[in-house]
Amino acid sequence: MSGFRLPVPHGGWVDRTRPLRFQFNGREVQGFAGDTVASALLAQGIVHVGRSFKLHRPRGIFSCGVEEPTGLVDIGLGGARTPNTRATDIAASAGLQAFTGNAWPSLGLDLAALSSRFAALLPAGFYYKTFMWPHWHLCEPVIRRMAGLGVAADAPDPDRYDQVSRQAQVLVVGAGAAGVQAALAAAQGGQQVLLVEGAAQWEPATAARLPELALAGVELLTACTVVGLYDHGLAVAVQTVAGAVRERLWQIRAGRIILATGAFERPMLFPDNDRPGVMLASAVLRHATHYGVACGRSVVVATSCDSGHLAARGLVAAGVNVVAIVDHRNDAAIDAPAGVPVFRGSAIVAVQGRRAVKGVVVAGHGGGAVQQLEADCIASAGGWAPAVNLHSMAGGKLRWVDAHAMFVPDRVAPGIDSVGACAGVFDEAQALAHAAAVGRGIAHPAAVGQGIAHPAPVGGLGAVSSNSSPSAAALSAAGRTPGKVFVDLQNDVTADDVSLAARENYRSVEHLKRYTTMGMATDQGKTSNVNALVLMGELTQRSPGQVGTTKFRPPFKPVTLGALAAGRSGVRHKPLKRMPGHAWHDAHAPVWEEFGGWQRPAAYPREGESLNTAAEREALHVRTHVGLFEASPLGKIELYGPDAASFLDLMYVGTMSTLSIGQARYGLLLREDGVIFDDGIVARLGEQHFWVNTTSGGAERVALAFEEWLQCEHVGHRVLVTPVTSAWGNVTVAGPKAWALLQAAGFDAALAPTAMRHMTCREVSHGGVAMRVLRASFSGELGYEINVPGQHTQALLEHLWQAGQPFEVMPYGIEALMILRTEKGYLHLGADTDGTTFPGDVGLDRGIAKKAANFVGRRSLLRPAARDADRMQLVGLLPLDRRSRLPVGAHITLHAPPGPIEGHVTSSVFSPVLGHPVALAMLRRGGQRVGEHVTAYHLGRPFAAEVVKTPFFDVAGERLHG
Amino acid sequence: MMQLTCPLCGPRAENEFHCGGTTAIARPPLDCSDDVWGTYLYFRDNPKGDHAERWRHTHGCGLWFNLLRDTLTHEVKAVYAITATCPEVSS
Repeated sequence: MSGFRLPVPHGGWVDRTRPLRFQFNGREVQGFAGDTVASALLAQGIVHVGRSFKLHRPRGIFSCGVEEPTGLVDIGLGGARTPNTRATDIAASAGLQAFTGNAWPSLGLDLAALSSRFAALLPAGFYYKTFMWPHWHLCEPVIRRMAGLGVAADAPDPDRYDQVSRQAQVLVVGAGAAGVQAALAAAQGGQQVLLVEGAAQWEPATAARLPELALAGVELLTACTVVGLYDHGLAVAVQTVAGAVRERLWQIRAGRIILATGAFERPMLFPDNDRPGVMLASAVLRHATHYGVACGRSVVVATSCDSGHLAARGLVAAGVNVVAIVDHRNDAAIDAPAGVPVFRGSAIVAVQGRRAVKGVVVAGHGGGAVQQLEADCIASAGGWAPAVNLHSMAGGKLRWVDAHAMFVPDRVAPGIDSVGACAGVFDEAQALAHAAAVGRGIAHPAAVGQGIAHPAPVGGLGAVSSNSSPSAAALSAAGRTPGKVFVDLQNDVTADDVSLAARENYRSVEHLKRYTTMGMATDQGKTSNVNALVLMGELTQRSPGQVGTTKFRPPFKPVTLGALAAGRSGVRHKPLKRMPGHAWHDAHAPVWEEFGGWQRPAAYPREGESLNTAAEREALHVRTHVGLFEASPLGKIELYGPDAASFLDLMYVGTMSTLSIGQARYGLLLREDGVIFDDGIVARLGEQHFWVNTTSGGAERVALAFEEWLQCEHVGHRVLVTPVTSAWGNVTVAGPKAWALLQAAGFDAALAPTAMRHMTCREVSHGGVAMRVLRASFSGELGYEINVPGQHTQALLEHLWQAGQPFEVMPYGIEALMILRTEKGYLHLGADTDGTTFPGDVGLDRGIAKKAANFVGRRSLLRPAARDADRMQLVGLLPLDRRSRLPVGAHITLHAPPGPIEGHVTSSVFSPVLGHPVALAMLRRGGQRVGEHVTAYHLGRPFAAEVVKTPFFDVAGERLHG
Repeated sequence: MMQLTCPLCGPRAENEFHCGGTTAIARPPLDCSDDVWGTYLYFRDNPKGDHAERWRHTHGCGLWFNLLRDTLTHEVKAVYAITATCPEVSS
């Protein structure tokens, strides 16, 4: 094939005043603005662009749109590389880098093409049958390199993407004649209409109607392909923007959707119908009319329907040399263009040329003499397949129309209609009338009755032969072994593979697809499915309608992950919350880590310190002096109302209604199945006012649970739930010198430990700022949690830091906090507990039996499972050698694993104050096993440990009183 | 993604809501048998067809409300208050 550029006026989509250059496999290609990569390649006579997926046969450009099965190229370099894009669907641009994705080791010298010599050994199901022994994983790497398509990007994507959400009363998909007609009819009826077109440019007929569309107020989007239809009128589209933003994801919620997505041409079936130079007739014609490209100097049209003759006429009119029409049928209702010979009742039985078409051999179906024709391009026209993809995705059904050999929409999904070729309407006048009626019907809902208000006048194609394969007589007339007849060009599925599937009883369409891989990968069988179904039907004496189609699923065409992520990648994927004192910590050079969605200091290492040694230094300092910690992520919820107290009794395991004002109490929250769900401290600020602290990770779910119980269950309770986590900062001062520090900082003497007991709360004003001070301790030392309006957090931290210098105050991070609380045996929810832990398992079931209120989860604690004596219980573990830190997650078993698991280590730290490691573990019947020696195993290594009671430090718990 | 109608805010995209599962499950009394309680906790119908369920407009007004939804077609047949009983609808 030696394509070339046709003279003006052919090719209205390219601007010949704006030439451009790009690279294909390192070779310079010239084109014009408006070209696709494919049209520019074809205009330069480049025909061999890739290698096939399995057999590595030479392949060229086959279509002129999204259905392209073989003209796949990788675009861009490094992180910007996009593999397997359709050369027919990508605009050529200056400086673009395009590559053949899979031609290992190169396009010209393709060692893997040897595999096509052994093609007889590679039928459908070949991988499954052959590579089961000795092991699939041994064969897989080699197969992956041989098979497969493009090369993925090797770095983060540098391009930008975004997303737009829209509403439309009517969404019309496709701006061909029918789509434009429907959009106009709907808009003229007063509806707000959005018309979305996948191509970057308007069809000439549509361009002529743009003033009408503008007048009617139709909003237009181009280069925007609807890739999926979802529930309740949601259409998702991807638009190529190619500006500051590369692609844009559109989510369009539409009242009604009119599909005008056109049809895909079906290729003819004949031997070696995959050679570069064999193309869809519509693609040969479109390249001529839209891009001004002749795909060859001598074109043979192979057809089984009238549309092949129409294409031939169009080509002749565009100045393309058509040497013959080979019509599968004996008669056509249409005249061939003048001077073009027609071979009726005939088929192509052989294609000459390997890397490019050089000629064809034509034989009559009855056999006999053959004709040899010089040709460099075969235009293949085997009928049409309405693009029913979106209709089907929306739940619509399909019906087979034998006369025209196509599937058309049958029962429609509510609110979704099809018009034009995608509805099976090919007569233009009928299509326009039908589209207008559908459009108007939307404008006047009264016109739409039950069922289909406007049945589609299916037809207009003339007689189409469903199977376009040459007869056996014709094939034998060629006098040589026929080449392979390809059904699915992208997946190298041949007519023989379909026969094999039928013989081996993979007759269901879903089995056929999976056994042969027909219809898979980037093109999803847009040019192959119907031919495969027709063949399978003939082999199993069924109509294609009985064989059925596989389910159409989104996306309609391949979509980049970048477009779907729509900018929510990298740091924007899951933004971390920052504490109000973030900048203060940053000045003290912490190691930042993520804890439950918050960015928090893990520790503040000094020169030469590891994270562990820093944390141990900080923890020890809290025991000996005083430390400063920001606990702002702690969940904070305010409860107001006359029933707040009784509501809290229904929520918490503990009783909160007996708290006096200024008192605070620790409480557990359970799920209905009795499992611990959250914990925290509840303080009473007033008769009807409570301050609820939750875990840092549980702030949202606790507020949600309160709301659910109030709105759905305890509906009579007058309680207002206000989550205030982000409104308040929390600065914790802990250590034996905590009060001395606060006193030096000028805090009220009412906060002195002698005046304010542990687990009490005071509202104070300090420096004109209202603060809520809670005496509580997660370290076991004297502790003050100062809640302060968020914007004052940094100032308070700095104030305490300055005031604390005489006391050698030190900031401490999460790691030190974990050491301190583990030394004290304090429960850390989510570390020591999991989705099976009941209060009794962690020793927090005191008083439950006596409590009056029916709190959430109470009944579940009475179930046999909750009272089982064999349950896991929280215990302390000490390594026997007092040196080895037990790994968290190490399993405790009676004997070396494998064996029944007795428990596991949940928390483990080195205790600087004790000088040896300590650990917490969940252990079967743990409460009764104090003193017992157990072995925990981690990655095969045993750790001997002794079961002990907690706390490890300050057993009497006197230190927290100061 | 479905579109649900919040009784207070009107039609909104599904990702503004949180599904709370089957609605109006009667909670047995505290003194019920373990079997009855276990059934209440763990056994739910999974109908193909109409399903009464409760949703919260979490990223909106925060209201809990009930929906009658066809699990096959996702057609929403009724929206009603959390304390109301499900209205009769023709299937």
